[in-house]
Amino acid sequence: MRIKLPALLLLTLVLGGCATSLRGTGDLGLIIERADGSVLIVESSNRQKLGRIEGLGDLSHASVVYSRDERYAYVFGRDGGLTKVDMLRRRIAARVMQSGNSIGGAISQNGRLVAVANYQPGGVKVFDADTLELLADIPAAYGDGKFSKVIGLEDSTDNRFAFSLYDAGEIWTADLSDPRRPVIQKFRDIGRLPYDALISEDGRHYIAGLFGEDGLVLLDMWHPEQGARRILDHYGRGEQALPVYKMPHLEGWALSQDHAYLPAVGRHELLIVNRHDWKEAGRIALYGQPVFAMVRPDGRQVWVNFAHPHNDTVQVIDTVTHKVIATLKPGKAVLHMEFTPRGEHIWLSIRDEDRVDVYDTTTLQRIGSMPALKPSGIFFTARAHRIGL
Amino acid sequence: MLKYSLPLLFGTLLLAGTAPLQASAEVTATRQKELLHLLRHDCGSCHGMTLKGGLGPALLPDALAGKPAATLEATVLYGRAGTPMPPWRGLLSEEEVAWLVAILKQGVPDAH
Ligand code: HEC
Repeated sequence: MRIKLPALLLLTLVLGGCATSLRGTGDLGLIIERADGSVLIVESSNRQKLGRIEGLGDLSHASVVYSRDERYAYVFGRDGGLTKVDMLRRRIAARVMQSGNSIGGAISQNGRLVAVANYQPGGVKVFDADTLELLADIPAAYGDGKFSKVIGLEDSTDNRFAFSLYDAGEIWTADLSDPRRPVIQKFRDIGRLPYDALISEDGRHYIAGLFGEDGLVLLDMWHPEQGARRILDHYGRGEQALPVYKMPHLEGWALSQDHAYLPAVGRHELLIVNRHDWKEAGRIALYGQPVFAMVRPDGRQVWVNFAHPHNDTVQVIDTVTHKVIATLKPGKAVLHMEFTPRGEHIWLSIRDEDRVDVYDTTTLQRIGSMPALKPSGIFFTARAHRIGL
Repeated sequence: MLKYSLPLLFGTLLLAGTAPLQASAEVTATRQKELLHLLRHDCGSCHGMTLKGGLGPALLPDALAGKPAATLEATVLYGRAGTPMPPWRGLLSEEEVAWLVAILKQGVPDAH
């Protein structure tokens, strides 16, 4: 202690005071502390906490995208706050309240635009990534004068974003080649209550999950003229759906070379889809309603967490045998999972135990832990270089 | 939490048949704390942690004013088919749901 405290203080002064001590940002990340409106800046090489930033508003549902230089994080808060965090200086670089209630966002391929999906007022707003100046406002108008909640906002290629209208049952794409004049294309009657979406790493396949119907919707961004089409139609086979106590999140869901692993809604199953013909290729029975399924960066494992009341458990699936190889009990309320950039470790946030645990993905053993206040999302900077994250 | 709420429900049903007074026994203080946690964090995953609304509507006193408690209790117990609102029957007893709805109408103490 006698040695550590002054050393720590000195380090803080040096890092906080000037930019003389050089470091990269490739092994940094943010952990959302959902109840306190704060974020932790962490470093995954030595598994340590570097600092805490407060004052980000209501982060009860929050997500993060990164600038392409991996220096700045854009944090989307529940209350419509958009906060730009400087990962090196460890402070808020800019912040705007851009709506009353928002769900998430995306950053453009060229890194210049940050787009936010809003529930209230329903629509998408697009900001300059440097200054957070509002460039475009896209109200999600449908029917006669109604506005829909927007979900599943994803970045694609060629200056495009795609998103879905929950209340309207539509998918829209926005071409932001001229950021102040978005060109919108609408795909109507895609199905009831699209609740979230994902886009493949090449920016080509946008997939929205439906809540009101048994199936998902696929839009091929290379062939918008083919329209949005239904995949995995009637996967529930007419059976009574189980109650869903937390909506699955699709972003970050598992896509390997040959397969997509998608959550069944109201069934304790992972649906395996063949990515060549988009037909069902099998199912994996799980412990509960899946919420996130993350594929290890090398594609060899899929880690799944679950909705209440099964959220004390995480299952690991081998993508070669499609078998569950481990059922772990990390603790009460495992909300999110994030792999280190090359996947040797995975970090799990355990909300009700105020902890983030780190597991080795080869031995499946816990190798470390750090305290965090009601942690939810964990986001490493390596996301900066991936489409759709 | 789940482990004992299921038997609790059955117990409640049994008691309800024979001794209605005992069946409506107060929700214990410990359980109230658990229910508030559930409300903020688990109901909150759809209604927002501060209950200002998310995918599901706001559950603040203003928003619920004028809606009969019985209707809201039925919504919580049985869910709303065709929407993401799930049935909580089986995880929560009728007494617990009545207590939650009363708290919602009153306004939730902002503790966590
Ligand atoms: C998976 C998402 C989800 C969860 C979890 C959830 N709700 Fe809901 N809830 C909804 C949706 C969506 C609606 C609106 C349904 C509709 O369109 O009529 C709703 C409606 C309601 C309503 C009726 C509101 C009104 O104005 O009529 C009440 C009351 C309610 N929920 C209470 C709760 C409580 C209490 C919990 C936790 C025990 C909870 N909900 C958990 C999604 C959810």
